[in-house]
Amino acid sequence: MSDVRGPARQHVHGPAGVSTQDAAGLPAPGVPGLDPRWSRVVDAPDADGVRRGWHVLDTGPLLAERGEAVVATLLCVHGNPTWSYLWRRVLAQAPPGWRVVAVDQLGMGFSTRPAVPRTLAQRVDDLDGITEALALEGPVFTLAHDWGGPVSLGWALRHRERLAGIVLTNTAVHQPADSAPPALIRLARTPALLDQVCRRSPLFVRATTALSLPPLPREVRAGFAAPYLTSGRRAAVADFVRDIPFEDDHPSRAALERIAEGVRELEVPALLVWGPRDPVFGERYLADLVERLPQADVQRYADASHLVLEDRPEGVDVLWRWLEETLGASATAYRDHAEREPGGPRLPVRVDLTHPDRPAVVELREGGRSVSFAELAAAVDDVARGLALRGIRPGDRVALLVPPGAELTTLVYAVWRLGAVVVVADAGLGLGRLGGALRSAAPRLVVGIVRALALAATTRVPGERLRVEPGGPELEALALLGRGLGAGRDGAGLPGPDEVAEDADGAVLFTSGATGPPKGVVYTRDQLAAQLAVLRDTFGLAPGERLVAAFAPFALYGPALGMTSAVPDMDVTAPGTLTASALADAVRAVDASVVFAAPAALRNVVATAEGLDAARRAALAGPRLVLSAGAPVPLALLEEVRRLLPAAETQTPYGMTEALPVATLDPTTVGTAEGDVRGGGGKGGVCVGAPVAGVQVGIAGLDALGVPATRPATEPGVVGEILVRGAHVKDRYDRDWARQRASTTPPGWHRTGDVGRLDLHGRLWVEGRLAHVVRGADGPVTPYPVEDRVRGVAGVETAAVVGVGPEGAQQVVVVVVPALRAAAPARLLGAPLGGAVLAPAGVAAAVRRAAAPVPVSAVLVRDWLPVDVRHASKVDRTALADWADGVLHGRSPAGRLRRLLPHGAPRRRSR
Amino acid sequence: MARTVLVTGASGMLGRAVADLLARRGDDVTVMQRRTAGGRHRERLGDVRSRADVERAVRGQDAVVHLAAKVDVVGPWMDFVDTNARGTMYVVEALRAQGGGRLVQVSSPSVAHTGRSLVGAPAAPATPMRARGHYARTKAAAELFALNADAPDLPVVAVRPHLVWGPGDTQLVGRIAERARRGRLALVGRGTALMDTTYVDNAAEAMVAALDRADVAHGQALVVTNGEPRPVGELVADICRAVGAPPPRLRVPTPLAWGLGAAVEGVVAVAERVPGLPAISQPPLTRFLAEQLSTAHWFDQRHTREVLGWRPRVSIDEGLARLAERS
Repeated sequence: MSDVRGPARQHVHGPAGVSTQDAAGLPAPGVPGLDPRWSRVVDAPDADGVRRGWHVLDTGPLLAERGEAVVATLLCVHGNPTWSYLWRRVLAQAPPGWRVVAVDQLGMGFSTRPAVPRTLAQRVDDLDGITEALALEGPVFTLAHDWGGPVSLGWALRHRERLAGIVLTNTAVHQPADSAPPALIRLARTPALLDQVCRRSPLFVRATTALSLPPLPREVRAGFAAPYLTSGRRAAVADFVRDIPFEDDHPSRAALERIAEGVRELEVPALLVWGPRDPVFGERYLADLVERLPQADVQRYADASHLVLEDRPEGVDVLWRWLEETLGASATAYRDHAEREPGGPRLPVRVDLTHPDRPAVVELREGGRSVSFAELAAAVDDVARGLALRGIRPGDRVALLVPPGAELTTLVYAVWRLGAVVVVADAGLGLGRLGGALRSAAPRLVVGIVRALALAATTRVPGERLRVEPGGPELEALALLGRGLGAGRDGAGLPGPDEVAEDADGAVLFTSGATGPPKGVVYTRDQLAAQLAVLRDTFGLAPGERLVAAFAPFALYGPALGMTSAVPDMDVTAPGTLTASALADAVRAVDASVVFAAPAALRNVVATAEGLDAARRAALAGPRLVLSAGAPVPLALLEEVRRLLPAAETQTPYGMTEALPVATLDPTTVGTAEGDVRGGGGKGGVCVGAPVAGVQVGIAGLDALGVPATRPATEPGVVGEILVRGAHVKDRYDRDWARQRASTTPPGWHRTGDVGRLDLHGRLWVEGRLAHVVRGADGPVTPYPVEDRVRGVAGVETAAVVGVGPEGAQQVVVVVVPALRAAAPARLLGAPLGGAVLAPAGVAAAVRRAAAPVPVSAVLVRDWLPVDVRHASKVDRTALADWADGVLHGRSPAGRLRRLLPHGAPRRRSR
Repeated sequence: MARTVLVTGASGMLGRAVADLLARRGDDVTVMQRRTAGGRHRERLGDVRSRADVERAVRGQDAVVHLAAKVDVVGPWMDFVDTNARGTMYVVEALRAQGGGRLVQVSSPSVAHTGRSLVGAPAAPATPMRARGHYARTKAAAELFALNADAPDLPVVAVRPHLVWGPGDTQLVGRIAERARRGRLALVGRGTALMDTTYVDNAAEAMVAALDRADVAHGQALVVTNGEPRPVGELVADICRAVGAPPPRLRVPTPLAWGLGAAVEGVVAVAERVPGLPAISQPPLTRFLAEQLSTAHWFDQRHTREVLGWRPRVSIDEGLARLAERS
């Protein structure tokens, strides 16, 4: 069948060469990353039965040589204008038993240059021919990039009996109707330019590899250009661009549409690996494919471009892991609810109508409104119908960028009413990161105030736009539109209560991303319902209670809990703007029993308490409960809050965007056991209380290298990563298959990234972040306990523990902020050398004594510690460790010069 | 099992400590040095630069701990070659001639140091061509020569203690104290470079461990330190305090120190070459020294500790206390 030739000659045309009988050949040796043993030339009939020479990379012969049986085959199809070289890492990292076949499409790479341009339909036939000749074995997975995508999918649709899965990287099968084709391709396709750009000059070939972020090494770019050195050899590059069916009457239009629709029928597992910074196949093409392949796992690398596997080589590891696991048919869906016990209390995410006439939302700002539960429920239905009219369907994502209040509440419940998904991001992320976060979620519709829509535009957030201003007419208009549709019939035009699946997505939230960009976190409707039930049961929240909602995420739950929500007069995006008077006014307006407020809001309330008049002060005696989450709350602050709200418990739930609440504690009521709480029975850390009902906490103990165990334990005293499971824990990280997979081992548990331990009473103690554990020769050191001890040293206001040096041999460094600091902080402590960063001898010795038995290599002094953007309360130990490392390196003069260069400027990557 | 062990260079602090330790546990110790030191051990006077002296000393020994070396910062290149490289060659050849024996070659982390910061570093291979300064280069050659001779009947372990100090130390402690008392002690940069050092007793115990474990450790170069790196400024100040000298008050910015070092080296070179000028044996600063004092030097000790089955027993703080007691 297959006719394998020896090294064939490569015909090279002169400048005027016309591509006709150009035969297949082999790449010249020395192309970086390419193993010559993979390369061969195989003859196979093309679409018209003409035998053509194909250059293929194939690990099959090597497997045969090693006597390995083929367990599965991965068929790789490149796009334009690359060649099989694109897949070199995929071949190099193939696990045992995997045959990887990467073809050079006809006219491309080192394959034959046919005289006549190929159409899409022909290319699919061509691929049939070569795969037949290569005698693919076992189940076949396809992998493709760029315009190789439609070709590989066309092949996949014809070979469903052996197709085991598909992997696509930056490609497209369809030009979304509402958007223009990629500008770059359009430009290249301008008839006047096309030949010039694609064939006569190497511009298109070189431009493609110039898209990489960070830039590719020169030798690799040369490798990509190697088969396209003369205009004769580039003819197919231009032909390929010509074959893109933008026009309705294009010869390839029908073939592409057949494929685009056929994809919907593919039920095999799919993985989409994407670099959204692709000027050609950006975000919207990913959205299009997600819509066609709802089963697909997505691995999106926010900062990667067109050649996603070049930009993020670790994507190759990810795709192999995915392929291996998909083949293993363990079919583990990396969802946190896997293996989780069903049942348990739930509270549906809809407006509670226990007390229809009571106010549901009361806005305290000037001109603010009051809406009853019945009115809210009606408005929710109307707006939901209005959204449906705008084309929003169950499962669609709707980003809501509206300040808390009646509008936001209505919108959230309306989106849920429709079975759609709310995307909620918070301005506290910072504007740039907010845009990036929204872009990653790819909403179908962005609803927001004018400022938010402007931001969405400048940060290229996809989706339609809908402007809604607090107190403005826009939402009312949408409701009117919907009301006409409903024509008075309850629920008309909306899905019934059982029509939306429980495990459908309900919300996308974002982590603060204190390290790295914010991560999207997806909750199903069932998980939201479970979270509601946990909140209700943990804090005894009952319908009819009144709540002051100064903490956005929880505040939205008021209507579902049947609680009246008062929105105080403040800038909710800046929690620090809540004054004591505004809080008191809100409490008084609804006779509030519960207050939700961020720690920063509480800080400002305490700071502005002086200005309270007697009536307001009296009102604050009402609430029975203050809830504060989002960041650690200092005990001293809580004690001040209790003086101001004397009847209130101050609960500080512990949790994260991915799981909230995990545990809760009122640190002020621990009373005489307070020393126990703060000192931790000698072991230190922060006590966050016992796990709440419905949450299981396990500790994955750290080994000598600081690596957490695979399985969690519950023995007291074991220090390790904190794992949680519960019905209200997140479903998954959005479009980040690798992160999700890592975060949920063993399945059903969520790895929090925090380290800590359980004590004898079953209470959880947090000892820091896993990423901040110092990995020394004598085992791991968690930061909080040492910091607790060091803070007790006289003259030290606060301290942070970081590690320097390579993992496993790290040294502990303590950075202290002196209590007395002014212009010359170190001198106040008696430092011998002006402006020194080394702690003076006495302080260093005292810190070492306090830290014992943990050995401290250096004690450094700073005026302040770097903190995170969002909460301004978590010490950025990663930045601090970098700083300490630089200080303790002591650099050579040459090293100092290098540091003066622009940050990250000349960075070479390995191939 | 008592052995006969020859310790060369036993007049120095570390050599003396090794000889004492071996003798204390019952080994039959002979020491070799140029001038009698009046110690408790059997002395074999001789010079490692003499093949005959070395052969005579090594004859009949089960093992050799070879410490004798020229450690100065400046001096004619051939002096270093003769003592460090040739001396080691004679020791190896003498052992081989008598049919074998264990050899602990005492080396230095500087044999692998090319000037960059070492942060939690493993023991890199010795580089005679790239190491800095005459001492490091010739010691690098010596280490390669010794390890090259490693064989079943001649197991060789190279041990590289980093900055050994302790009571009676004339090198590190002595020079710091002397300069501090004259008010001429300066810190390079901010004194924050993290530096590994080794208390003398720990280094001596590591040598003995290397001797005992030569069957598993042979063929390797092992860096030995206390595993407690400290900022160099803090160490210098602590040593000053321990010996009752004033802590450093001067600071030289790193680039300036480097420039001064270069200038000093020029002067020294002229002094060496022009007859009639006095030779400068202890220059105040060299480029090598400026670099050493302004870049981090600390090591990953896990492999060493595992191979030698050894851990430092005297901490830096305990060492400083002992130094203060004996000063």
